[in-house]
Order: sequence, then C-alpha cells, then structure tokens
Amino acid sequence: MADLIKVGMADYKVGRSPSTLISYGLGSCIGVSLYDPIKKVGGLLHIMLPDSKQARASDNPAKFADTGIPLMINDVVSLGATKARLVAKLAGGAQMFAFSNASDIMKVGNRNAETCKQILRRNGIKIVAEDTGGNYGRTVSIDLSTGSYKVKTIDRGEKNI
Amino acid sequence: MTDEFDLTPNQLDAMREIGNIGAGNSATALSQIVNKKIDMNVPKVSIIPIEEVPELVGGPDTLIVAVFLRVYGKAPGSILFLMPKENAFYLADDLMGRPHGTTQELDEMSISAIKEVGNILSGSYLGAFSHFTNISMLPSIPSLAMDMAGAILNIVLLQLGQMGDRAMVIETKFIAEDDSINGHFFLVPDPGSLGTIVKAVGVE
Repeated sequence: MADLIKVGMADYKVGRSPSTLISYGLGSCIGVSLYDPIKKVGGLLHIMLPDSKQARASDNPAKFADTGIPLMINDVVSLGATKARLVAKLAGGAQMFAFSNASDIMKVGNRNAETCKQILRRNGIKIVAEDTGGNYGRTVSIDLSTGSYKVKTIDRGEKNI
Repeated sequence: MTDEFDLTPNQLDAMREIGNIGAGNSATALSQIVNKKIDMNVPKVSIIPIEEVPELVGGPDTLIVAVFLRVYGKAPGSILFLMPKENAFYLADDLMGRPHGTTQELDEMSISAIKEVGNILSGSYLGAFSHFTNISMLPSIPSLAMDMAGAILNIVLLQLGQMGDRAMVIETKFIAEDDSINGHFFLVPDPGSLGTIVKAVGVE
C-alpha cells in the first residue's frame, strides 16, 4: 500500500509517487498542492493566514501563504520537479460561522484564497483547479501517482479536482 | 517580546481555579436546563502549539457540533462548546422533551435550542470569571456549526495565529449522569488577554 503522509495545520510536506499527502479538517485554512506530472513529485501545504507581514510574531513560515508557498516550491524542486511544469490546486477558505457583523478575521477564508492565487501567479505557477469558499470543512489529499486532488466534506460528498 | 504564555505554576493554578468556578456555574445552569445531574472535571489549562489544538477534541477530522461565541470586554477571547454529533442530538431531544433518538438531523428549533444552551453556559461561565477578575466580559450572540473539528477550530486559532504560535485553552468537560451529554467547553483568550487576566488576578 502506498504511503499516506499527514500534513498538519501550518505545515507542509513534499513527496513522490506513489505516496499520498493528506490534510484533515480545513476550515478557513487553504490546502495548496503542487504537482509535476512528469516527475510525479509534489507537495501539500496547509496555510492558516494570508500574510506573514501582518502577524506580530511567528517562527513558522508554513502558517502563511506568502512565506509557505515559496518554501514548498523550493522543496518540490529539490525533489526533482521542474518549476515551469508545476501545477497548483487549492481547496478550503470557508467561512465556518455566519455572523451578521462578521469581522475581517471571520472572512479570512476568502483572503486566504486570493492571496494564495496571487503568490502562485507571481511565482509563475499555473492554477488548474480550485474548490474554495462555502461554509463547510474539507479534508484534502493529493495522490502523487496521478496528481488527483481529492476534496472530502461531511455533507457534500467527495470530489476529485 | 515578553511572552504572556510564560506563566508561573501559581498563575496556572489561579487560571485553573477561575476556570473551575466558571465551569461550576455553567454546570449548575446546564443541569437546571435539562433537569439532570451534570458532572464536570477539574478544568485543564494547557498552553500548546496551535496546530495541536484540534487533537484535544479527537483530531481534525472528527465530526462535531460547535457553538461559537466571541467574548467582548477588556480581555476578549473566544468560547467554543463542542459535542460529538450524537450527543448534540441527545441534547436537542432533552431540550425539546422528546425521547432520545428522535433527533436525526438538526432542524431550526434544535439549532436554536442548542445555541441557547451555549449562550447560558457562556453567560454563567463569564459571570463567574468577571466576578473573580473584576474584568467585565460579555458573550456575543451564539453561532452554531456542525462539521470537522479542525475546520471549526480554525476560526479561533486564526486570531491567535496572527500573533504567535501558541494557544492557552481552558477546557472543561461536562458529562450528564446518563451519558447523554458529553460536551467540551473551551475558553481561548485572544492574544494579549491572558496578560490582562493574569494581572487582574494578581498572583505572582
């Protein structure tokens, strides 16, 4: 059986076929996957916040889109991927609780998704699929033998994007 | 930066004691609502890396029902009242005076009833907390979600994640005599609030 590698919150992992990288229970967080379909290597990053510059103190670059994505790109390339061939998929960015006077922090899911896309584009990486928004949690996994990105929910079934 | 999470053993004890008083109040309130004896454990005060918080409720993939409230005042924070799905259904049955097993999904009435329980628990908890610390703390209106624990906790952790990598959680478990209620009550002070609370308690 192929390896199942767990990616925690504010963490990322890289690997190669036939491993699967999985991250459980994303709410407003985003799971960003990278994949090189020729070399069959890739990575999965679970970010919590868009911008490390708005945070007061953190020793963990994988918590933020702006610092986590470049880090994962480097690691995937070190594993043998060609940067120009990398494709990205993202899922998550929900707003879990509806408040009528939702503050910015409640809507962070949306900003997370936007920032991830911006950073990926800035790094010249093509975004091929996306499943973001809504008000429900997601568990995401990428099968590194195919690059298929599975998004699992409680009430809304499961899909491959 | 000086780290507000560096508490002395005495300060941790004080936090536990305040949690205990708050939770005692809440347990009494809950017991009156459902007309059952409610047990609680001595609150656990833990300071842990943010990414480990979902493990406290059985892992990020666990299906839970959560009532979420914000705490306003000089020491803002978040409150979460979490239950496994089955327990939330039982609680809904109890609240509506129906036999256990009636609720199969959360309709508007059950949602509203469970939210109200979260509201009452938070109110009595914060009442005790305010009294002890002399800091006025008020709960927002409650909001409810049923989903994966990790996804639900995201929202609380975000606030903390902006400032640092650790969280302090005061956790109490409420258990009904017939096992029908099994809820976790969390108070998570916002960054900066912990310092305010510790100072107000005045323990070195």
